[in-house]
Amino acid sequence: MLARQVTKLSCDSARREPAPRTAASSDQSGCALSRRDFVKISGVCAASLATAGVVKGSEKQALDPDRKGVLVDLTVCIGCRRCEWACNDENGLPNGELHEFDDRSVLESKRRPTSTQLTVINRVLSDDPAKPTFVKSQCMHCEHPACASACLVGAMRKTPSGPVIYDASRCIGCRYCMVACPYQFAAYEYENALTPQVKKCQLCPSRTSRGELPACVAMCPVEALTYGRRDELLALAHERIQCNPDRYVDHVYGEHEGGGTSWLYLADRPFAELGFPALGPSSPAQLTETIQHGIFKGFAAPVMLFGLLGAIGKLSHSAKVTP
Amino acid sequence: MTLQLSISQNRPRFFTRGVWVVSAIAMVGMLALAARFVLGLGAVTNLSNGYPWGLWIAIDVACGVALAAGGFTTAFVAHLTNREEFHPLVRPALLTAMIGYTFVALGVMTDLGRFWAMWHVMLPQMWQGNSVLFEVAICVMTYVTVLYIEFLPIVCERFIGRAHLPEPLAFLNRPVDRLLRLLDAGLARVMTIFIILGVVLSCMHQSSLGTLMVIAGAKLHPLWQTPMLPMFFLLSAFAVGFAMVIFESLLASRSFRLEPEKAILAKLARFIPVLLGIYTIAKVIDLLNRGAYVYLFDGSVASLLFVIEFGMGVALPFAILMNDRWRHTPRGLLTAASLVILGVVMNRLDVFLLAYTPTIQSDSYFPAFTEFAVTAGFIAMIVLIYRFIVLNFPVIERLEEVQA
Repeated sequence: MLARQVTKLSCDSARREPAPRTAASSDQSGCALSRRDFVKISGVCAASLATAGVVKGSEKQALDPDRKGVLVDLTVCIGCRRCEWACNDENGLPNGELHEFDDRSVLESKRRPTSTQLTVINRVLSDDPAKPTFVKSQCMHCEHPACASACLVGAMRKTPSGPVIYDASRCIGCRYCMVACPYQFAAYEYENALTPQVKKCQLCPSRTSRGELPACVAMCPVEALTYGRRDELLALAHERIQCNPDRYVDHVYGEHEGGGTSWLYLADRPFAELGFPALGPSSPAQLTETIQHGIFKGFAAPVMLFGLLGAIGKLSHSAKVTP
Repeated sequence: MTLQLSISQNRPRFFTRGVWVVSAIAMVGMLALAARFVLGLGAVTNLSNGYPWGLWIAIDVACGVALAAGGFTTAFVAHLTNREEFHPLVRPALLTAMIGYTFVALGVMTDLGRFWAMWHVMLPQMWQGNSVLFEVAICVMTYVTVLYIEFLPIVCERFIGRAHLPEPLAFLNRPVDRLLRLLDAGLARVMTIFIILGVVLSCMHQSSLGTLMVIAGAKLHPLWQTPMLPMFFLLSAFAVGFAMVIFESLLASRSFRLEPEKAILAKLARFIPVLLGIYTIAKVIDLLNRGAYVYLFDGSVASLLFVIEFGMGVALPFAILMNDRWRHTPRGLLTAASLVILGVVMNRLDVFLLAYTPTIQSDSYFPAFTEFAVTAGFIAMIVLIYRFIVLNFPVIERLEEVQA
C-alpha cells in the first residue's frame, strides 16, 4: 500500500525549487509615539503609565522565511492512529500498548483533542462506505495566532521558526486563548486544582531541536505527514494537486485560512464536509489588534478624553461661580 | 478604632428578616467558593474545552463591570458638569462601584485556573500589549485603586472629630485626628484629577470589554458579533450606570423607609432614553451594514434572545421614560430602571455565553449548582457590605438626617 501511494504521488517536477516566500506580515501599525513622549504628554495621570505596554506591544513579529510546518495528505491517511500513540509517548501522556490503537470502535464517535490526547484521528464517512476519510486534528500552529494575541501575559507565543508555544510559567489560567482559538483545539486541565495548564500540540520542540521529526510524523507508516519548511510544503501541496487533479480538491487548507497555519491539509473532498471551519484570509487577531491599536494609538484618545473632561470641569465650575 | 455609632431610635437595624436570608445565601456561596479553591475548577464547574468561560465570567465579571458603571457616569454629571442637584447621588453610586469592582476582581480570581499567578499581570516583562484582556485587566486594577481613593474622603469625614481608640491607644486619638484632617484637605485638592481619571479609565475598559469577544469570530452569533461591540458596550454601560443609581436609590428608600428622591431621579432618568436612542440607531445601522438583520427573522433561539434583549431592555424602558408622567412616579422609574438593568445583563449573557457556540459542537454548558452558589453568594456579599457601609458611613444624606 505504501509503495502504491508513493509512486502515485511522485511527480517529475518534484525537484523544482519552491518560489521564495516572504514572512507573513502581521500587519499592525506601529505606534507613532514613543514611551517617553507618552509620559511627557500624560504627566499627571500616573496611573495610565501602566497601560503604556499597549504601545510597546504593537511591534510587528517577524517570522523566519524557513519556518517549519507539516503537510497532512488526508488521501493517504489510513486511520491507523499510530500518530496518537507516538504523541502520547513523546509528551508523557497516558498511553496504551501500540496494538490497542488498532481498535476501530474508537472511530465510531467524534473526538477532539483533549488535555490528555493532543492529537486525534476522526473518521468521516463518504458516499462510498469503503472510502472514509481520516482526519487528524491537533493545534494548527497559526501564522498569526489568535491565542497568542489574546494572552495578556504572553504565555502563548508564535516562535519565528513556526511552532506556537505555551509557557505555563507565565500563564494565569484565564482561558482567553481557548475563547480565541478558531479551531477549538486548545484543551484545559480542569481537574488539576492548583497548577492546571493549557494543553496543545507544541510541535515536539525537543525532537526538532535535535534534528528529528515530530513524533507523529516520524511514526506515520504511510507518510501521510510531511515535515519541512512551510513554503516548500505549500509548493509540494500545489504540485500534488497539479499532478493528480482527480485525486484532490484544488484547495490547500491552511494556506490562507485565518491568516495561514503551519499545518497544511490536502483532501479529496471539500474541507467543509470534513469538519474544517471556513475561515477568512486574515487572522481573527488582525481585527481586534486593529481596533485596539486604533483606539489606543499613541495613547492619544485617552489623553484627549482626559483633557476634554478637565476642560468641561473647569468651564462648568467657573460658569457657576461668576454670576 | 472603634465604630462609634450614633444611638438613635430611628436608626435602622443592620439585621432584618431579609438580611438574614441574604446572609444565608452568602454563607452557601462562601462554602462553594472554598470548594472551588480546594477541589479545583473541574470539580465545581461544568466548564469544558468548548466552553472555557461560563457563568462567572458572564455574570460576575461582564455584568459586574457594566452594573458598576454608575460610579463614573454619576461622577461625570454631578462633579464635572457641576450639576448641584445630583450631588446626593454621587456617594451611593461611588460605593456601588467600589464594592462592585472589588467583587469583579474576586470573580476573576475565582475563575482563574492559576489564581496564585494573578500578580503576573502587574509585571511589565509579562505584558502582552496586543491582548484586549491586558488592557481590561490594567484598567480595572487601576480603576479599583482610583475608586478606593475617591472613597477616602468619606472615611475621613466619618472619623474626623470622632476618633475614639480603646484605652491603651487613646493617646493616639489626637494625632490620628490631625492625620485624617491633613489627608482630607490633601485629597480635596487633587480629587478632580482622580474623578477625571476614573471616567477615562471607565470609558477605556467598558468599551474594551466588548472588544474582548471580537476575537471569538464565528463562535459568537452574527447578531452580536461586530467590530462595533466596544461602542455598544460603552453606550449600554452609560445607560445602565444611570439605571443602577435610580434602582438603588429607590430600593434604599424602601429598605430604610425614606421618602424617594423622585425629582432628582426623574431628572437623572432623562439621560437614559437619549442614550438608548443613540444605541438603537447605532444598532440598526450596524445590523443593516453587516447584513446581519437576516438572522432576526429565522426563528432561531438566537433571534428570539435578540428580540427579547432589545424589546425588553431597550425599547420598553425607552417608551416608559419618554412618558413625562411615568418618569415622575417611583413605580415608573423603578420599572424602567429594572428593565434597562435586565436588558444589559441579558446582553452580556448573550455575548459571553448564550450566543456563543464552540467551533466543535461536542460540548454543552449549563452552570453547576456550585457556580450558581458562588455567583449568588458574591451578589449577597455585595448587598451586605453595601448595607453595612451605608449604615455606618456618611453615604446617603437622607439616612444621615434620620440617624442624627
